[in-house]
Amino acid sequence: MTFRRTWATMRKEIKHIVRDPRSLVLALAQPFLMLLLFGYALSLDVDRIPTLIYDADGTSRSRDLTQRFLASRFFEIRGHVNSYDAIEREIDRGSVLIGLVVPQDYSRRVDAGTDAQVQILLDGSDANTATIALSYVSSLIQNYSLELRSEGRGSGTRPAPPIDARLRVWYNSTMESKNQVVPGLIAVIMMIIAVLLTSLTIAREWETGAMEQLLSTPLRPAEMVLGKMMAYLLVGVMDVAIAMAVGIFVFDVPFRGNLLLLAGASLIFLFGALCWGIFLSAATRSQVMAYQLGIVTSFMPSMVLSGFVWAIDNMPEVIQWITRIVPARYMVTILKVIFLKGVGLEALWVEFLCLLAFATLVFLGAAYKLRQKLG
Amino acid sequence: MLGRILEIIRKQFRQMFRHRRMRTMLFVPPMIQLIIFGYAVNLDVENVRTAWMDNDKTPASRELLAAFQGSGRFHVISLPRDEREIERVLDRGEVAAVVRVLPGFGREIQRGRSPEVQVAIDGTNSNSAWLITGYANEVLALHGARIAEEQQAVRQALSGSAATGPRGPRLRSTARVWFNPDLKSRNYFVPGIIVNLTMVVTVMLTAMAIVREREMGTMEQLMVTPIRPIELMIGVTVPFAFVGLMDVVLVTSLAVLVLEVPFRGSMLLLLFCAVLFLMTSLGVGLFMSTIARTQQQALMSSFFFATPAFMLSGFAFPIRNMPEVIQYLTYLNPLRYFIEIVRGIFLKGTGASVLWPQMVMLFVYGVAILSFSAMRFRKRLD
Repeated sequence: MTFRRTWATMRKEIKHIVRDPRSLVLALAQPFLMLLLFGYALSLDVDRIPTLIYDADGTSRSRDLTQRFLASRFFEIRGHVNSYDAIEREIDRGSVLIGLVVPQDYSRRVDAGTDAQVQILLDGSDANTATIALSYVSSLIQNYSLELRSEGRGSGTRPAPPIDARLRVWYNSTMESKNQVVPGLIAVIMMIIAVLLTSLTIAREWETGAMEQLLSTPLRPAEMVLGKMMAYLLVGVMDVAIAMAVGIFVFDVPFRGNLLLLAGASLIFLFGALCWGIFLSAATRSQVMAYQLGIVTSFMPSMVLSGFVWAIDNMPEVIQWITRIVPARYMVTILKVIFLKGVGLEALWVEFLCLLAFATLVFLGAAYKLRQKLG
Repeated sequence: MLGRILEIIRKQFRQMFRHRRMRTMLFVPPMIQLIIFGYAVNLDVENVRTAWMDNDKTPASRELLAAFQGSGRFHVISLPRDEREIERVLDRGEVAAVVRVLPGFGREIQRGRSPEVQVAIDGTNSNSAWLITGYANEVLALHGARIAEEQQAVRQALSGSAATGPRGPRLRSTARVWFNPDLKSRNYFVPGIIVNLTMVVTVMLTAMAIVREREMGTMEQLMVTPIRPIELMIGVTVPFAFVGLMDVVLVTSLAVLVLEVPFRGSMLLLLFCAVLFLMTSLGVGLFMSTIARTQQQALMSSFFFATPAFMLSGFAFPIRNMPEVIQYLTYLNPLRYFIEIVRGIFLKGTGASVLWPQMVMLFVYGVAILSFSAMRFRKRLD
């Protein structure tokens, strides 16, 4: 393997890239625009849940209770109605998620010191929002109940709850989803762009016949993979730099870790992803197939199986095993940990090793596949 | 005219199904993807890996531990001894929550004060953090209420009678959950995945197939035959519509049979809406084929369309969370309507009487984009 031949392949490939400016602009602008758009748009934050109130009691007591819901930023009261049916209709149409029903005998029961009930009607189709909403309603009611009881006991002062719960969320104290979504997005976008960039190159050479010409030169498969890859690595590195800058400066995602460590991880990851694209195009020899396989193996797996949004812990065991062969999984972990936790290699060495293993394996695979097809 | 269209359709089908590999590509990946992703898209947090640090070690603190474990939400896997260890298990992601009971917890409770219980939660996954916060609050509130009741019972016993005044009202909430009573987040996501798989297959295949013919020069050959552009266009797209419909049927059956997502509506309505949606996605594919010169450009442009369309469809990230401007943008997104329809049919069992606005929108989009693309397609051929 000589450096000169690798270098020449790289220069040839760069010429190809530059000659097709439309694709180059797409390759650079796409990650930038995607991150910008999705960073703003994709939020899992649960607040301002559209709520309807049906207060059948209609006394100052029941208004005191509904006032609690109004005051919480968690609920957005969309109005008051006068019947169950109205709530049902709105939930059916999907315009509200929660209906709060205060029964007729509510104030009578509270004044009598007996147990009272309020009813929550909930659209459960978005189970995640529904579960979070439900736990908020139940805490709110629980606390209000304590207040009512001490009032009933006539001890004027606001009661202290029996246990003073001090919850602190580490690394992301406001629990904003952007702090999780943006680092994850960077990994997902990198994976997709890298695979797509290269998945077409060798297949195109087969289809245009350029491969036959290269065959007659002393160029070796490993040199070819490396040369092509380096050209696209340049594009990929630019993409990462842009994405990081957008994440830190536009979205204010806290960056607590080591930039060099992150750069190292990105290089290994990009190298592996690019080689994967080359492997696919060498294996299929057709642009359509290479691309389709590229999409199938990069886009959805990196989105869904990387822990980007859906925590891997929550998946069934079998699927958890499958996620281990998704390289984006390691990159997402590394990005999140370096961004938010700011810890270094001592906590991330496993992920780094897995990325390295992935890159090496895929590189060898690509070179092997190419030699096989050339032979 | 019909004969010529049928001829093209036949040619197209033969091209599609000639290779075994292509046949597999059309149907197998969507099915595998649905199964794997269907199982993976789950936001429900069931067993929170928890570290428990008890600096009190009294019956009261052990009762609290029992309350946490008995809730079925928290699974204590680690017993850190000091601050440093807490930091370590959280940093490494070994646990998602740490509960810390301070010394004097039991004593304070006996005296009727309110002792502090500290809970540290890993916020790197914000959604899990929301859920865990909610769970922890709930467990602590319930346990607190039980303590309060016990204390009152003790007071009453001491004073020898129930004459200490009214017990005071107790407020409870009962929840009635509609459409998804088990609150499984999978049931919400799977319909979105079905929509996405259908779109990817149809948009990309259409765009690629047409550009490929142009690249190979077979389009030129077709042009010298008496086939008219509109006939060619229909002939090219119908087979893809057929493949798209087949995929809808396949993945829907898998979703119901394997993933056990409830299907409460009408399959016929779903298919009808799928046809409406396919008009749009094939139209987009056709459009992509008219703006791309090479297959690579066709792929990149389709992807450029498909990714935002998918992400901004509300499949996972609720539209009402988006900035207002983007919320308006989503009205332009045909996927948004199809996802609302598919979800409605799956989970709510709603019919056309509720879903008609979405259906009308899909129809309008379909007609608009198909005729626009047809015009461009024709120009490219002339």
